[in-house]
Amino acid sequence: MINKKVADAHEAIRDIEDGKTVMLGGFGLCGIPENCIAALVKKGIKDLTCISNNAGVDDFGIGLLLKTRQVKKMISSYVGENAEFERQLLSGELEVELIPQGTLATRCMAAGYGMPAIFTPAGVGTEVAEGKETRIFEGKEYLMEYAFDADFALVKAWKGDTAGNLIFRSTSRNFNPVMAMAGKITIAEVEILVEPGELDPDHIHTPGVYVHRIFQGSAYEKRIEQRTVRTQD
Amino acid sequence: MLDKNGIARRIAKEIKDGYYVNLGIGIPTLVANYIPTGINVVLQSENGLLGMGPFPFEGEEDPDLINAGKQTITTLPGSSIFDSAMSFGMIRSQKIDLTILGAMEVSENGDIANWKIPGKMVKGMGGAMDLVASAKNIIVAMQHINKVGESKLLPKCTLPLTGVNCIKKIVTELAVLDVLPEGGFRLIERAPGVSVDFIKQSTSGKLFTEADVKEMELN
Repeated sequence: MINKKVADAHEAIRDIEDGKTVMLGGFGLCGIPENCIAALVKKGIKDLTCISNNAGVDDFGIGLLLKTRQVKKMISSYVGENAEFERQLLSGELEVELIPQGTLATRCMAAGYGMPAIFTPAGVGTEVAEGKETRIFEGKEYLMEYAFDADFALVKAWKGDTAGNLIFRSTSRNFNPVMAMAGKITIAEVEILVEPGELDPDHIHTPGVYVHRIFQGSAYEKRIEQRTVRTQD
Repeated sequence: MLDKNGIARRIAKEIKDGYYVNLGIGIPTLVANYIPTGINVVLQSENGLLGMGPFPFEGEEDPDLINAGKQTITTLPGSSIFDSAMSFGMIRSQKIDLTILGAMEVSENGDIANWKIPGKMVKGMGGAMDLVASAKNIIVAMQHINKVGESKLLPKCTLPLTGVNCIKKIVTELAVLDVLPEGGFRLIERAPGVSVDFIKQSTSGKLFTEADVKEMELN
């Protein structure tokens, strides 16, 4: 088996330079590549274009990269939980492209499936459609949206093996598998890293061919954004 | 006049046995509390879950298991988990029978605005544009009038649109209304204690009413 294992996040992100386009998996703070984000902050790389469904919160997730002004542009579907983000956006310091969530996911999927573009009805007749090519199929209008072209994809999985095969856990799967497929270089951080043969091939969500580097992350905080509970009755 | 839970209770009556349902954030989330007993309904959360269960008991929260509102939740027997592309695949291919979402404005030709107030609020559309563009059956839960009494059911939306010509049914604190294919709102039911005249005054878009409009029955 081809061995994709690297020591840690710092080694994994070694060639991410200023101005690169980076995809980051996760939905809210669920399933985000915590170790890679910390390493990007530490390395101080600037002018990043980040493609991620959300922008973290003020002091966690991508919010950490915003605080240190390392992000030039965000491409997201929903950014509601981050006051610093909103401030930078309204003041014009940060460039932001808001796109529908399904469009975001499917543009990742297209990249991973080797398709240059997709057609979606999401955004037809709205400002999202401005300047975009449209086509009518069976009487309904669709927008042509291009596959993403990302230099790196940073994803978080639950388990992985050194061959790069990944298994996700619960709803922390979200954007991670499609982003893993979409990066020119995909870096996966996992909670549990095992040797080839220890994962059942039938249970793999992302085949190792899509993953270029893998490491076992440490000190996962897994912060909960909205802790909602019911009482025992 | 209905409160938020009243709106949710009325909408819950529209849910039929065997439906797969996507509930948006806000009032739509409350609908889950009023789904009639004895019917089988599967709730979809667009972050990648079919079969959303109730909130966990205290101490059993799992940071890896949340809904699209980022709240900790649970799964149910028969639940399934998938990635975001598949989640919107089942939405676009109309496998989801009913979408319930909130709105800031709806126009008499079925346009909806719910994602942006220029210069003020820039949260983003999330999955709303995908949902309204593809769903075959959408119910909007919204306030009929704003805090100063201005109608949010308009001849034309003033805010940036989420989708065009897609809304067919609206439930507000005052009424249940259909959006007619040829344009205009048709008053179907009025909330308890609300007069047809008050609904007329509160609707700035074209409103069609029958002589006798029945009062809502709530579950």
